[in-house]
Amino acid sequence: MNKVTNIIDAISIIKDGQTIMVGGFGVPGTPFMLIEALLQQGTRHLTLIKNEANEPHLGVSKLIEAGRVDRLITSHLGLNTTVLELMHDKKIAVEFNPQGILVERIRCGGAGLIGFISDIGIDTVLSQNKQAITLNGQKGVVESALRADVAMIHAAVGDDLGNLVYEKSARNFNPAMATAADIVIAEVESIVNTGSLDPDTIHTPSAFVDRVVEIGKLQDEYGILEHHVFA
Amino acid sequence: MPSRDKIARRAEQEIIAGQVVNLGIGIPTLILKYLNWEKRVQIHSENGILGMQSHCSRETADRNLIDAGGGYIDLVKGASFFDSSLSFALVRGGRLDIAFLGALEISARGDLANWMIPGKYTPGIGGGMELAQKARRLIITTLHTNRKGQPKIIESCNLPLTAKACIDRIITELAVIDVVDDQLKLVEIAEEATLEEIVEKTDAPLMIPDRNLPQF
Repeated sequence: MNKVTNIIDAISIIKDGQTIMVGGFGVPGTPFMLIEALLQQGTRHLTLIKNEANEPHLGVSKLIEAGRVDRLITSHLGLNTTVLELMHDKKIAVEFNPQGILVERIRCGGAGLIGFISDIGIDTVLSQNKQAITLNGQKGVVESALRADVAMIHAAVGDDLGNLVYEKSARNFNPAMATAADIVIAEVESIVNTGSLDPDTIHTPSAFVDRVVEIGKLQDEYGILEHHVFA
Repeated sequence: MPSRDKIARRAEQEIIAGQVVNLGIGIPTLILKYLNWEKRVQIHSENGILGMQSHCSRETADRNLIDAGGGYIDLVKGASFFDSSLSFALVRGGRLDIAFLGALEISARGDLANWMIPGKYTPGIGGGMELAQKARRLIITTLHTNRKGQPKIIESCNLPLTAKACIDRIITELAVIDVVDDQLKLVEIAEEATLEEIVEKTDAPLMIPDRNLPQF
């Protein structure tokens, strides 16, 4: 089955009010072209699940600034003062998770589990409103699994069957999110013939991926952010 | 030497050869400037890297290779990449030997508050809670007082906690202080500091051994 499609068709399955997972940690692994297509499509009242909100005027921040996102489930917004201001002005609801708990909730959702027990944050405000539990003498709280209607992820290479290979620190949340949504759309920098990827090097197996979009020549958004060059 | 550099240089001495290390943002990242790479440590970055080196130049910057703060980095030999789930399995599972974090407040029992000032500074926790709770050894590198000159080490934290009783050692520009049996114990004094100054700027009980303390 050939899962390669054009970007407009791929994004057209996303409807108002849906929950969308978006891969990436900073620029690496963020599917900028899929985000741009979603912005152009005009879809509203979204719930986004993403590690952070990119930076002002970049990536998912564009969706948030355009008022398309009602709710953000995330870990850290330290590099996005614009979204922090929108949060303070109650223009967007934000739910913060410890970073490893966020990805584990996604991993659980992808693994067909209901939740898991963790002691992270048990002595903090983050444990409020979570069910406390003691197991084998250890205190913890129940963390619920997370799933989405659609996951938008970025990979370096894909084949037309949907096998994916990520590059360097662009892997981050992408493999977990690729397992945790009803429909998974992967944008890839290049598509190779099925059979040409070494099975040992594939990070996300084809079964998890529904649509593959080739993004061609990389836009500026994928490049180096000069204000993060420190040496 | 600026206070931050003095703290970073002293903190570097905490790192033992071969350790897996995580450096938080701020002063902890400055430790890289003083790191003796002959120790062959592997530095972990939450976004899925073990074996990051220092920030790199524009010429060698790779769009797909950043640390958790967004800076472009080089790698050491033996580095590896993995996803965020495995990255925190490494932390929570006990494979992180030592972590260095900054602080807003530190309590007399070694509680840490470093992620939130309600109404003013609420960027989210990121990986901080997991690092604070699960690193095998947690070192806090911080200026001894805040911007208003008030002690950061206080009887109990007013700000929302990052983790309870998580701190092993505190390194400031004035002193090295250990948390031992829920008490703070002075173990080293900076060359520029006096005992009186340390006591005055520490708003929590401090055990002071009855002997000459090493200087740094």
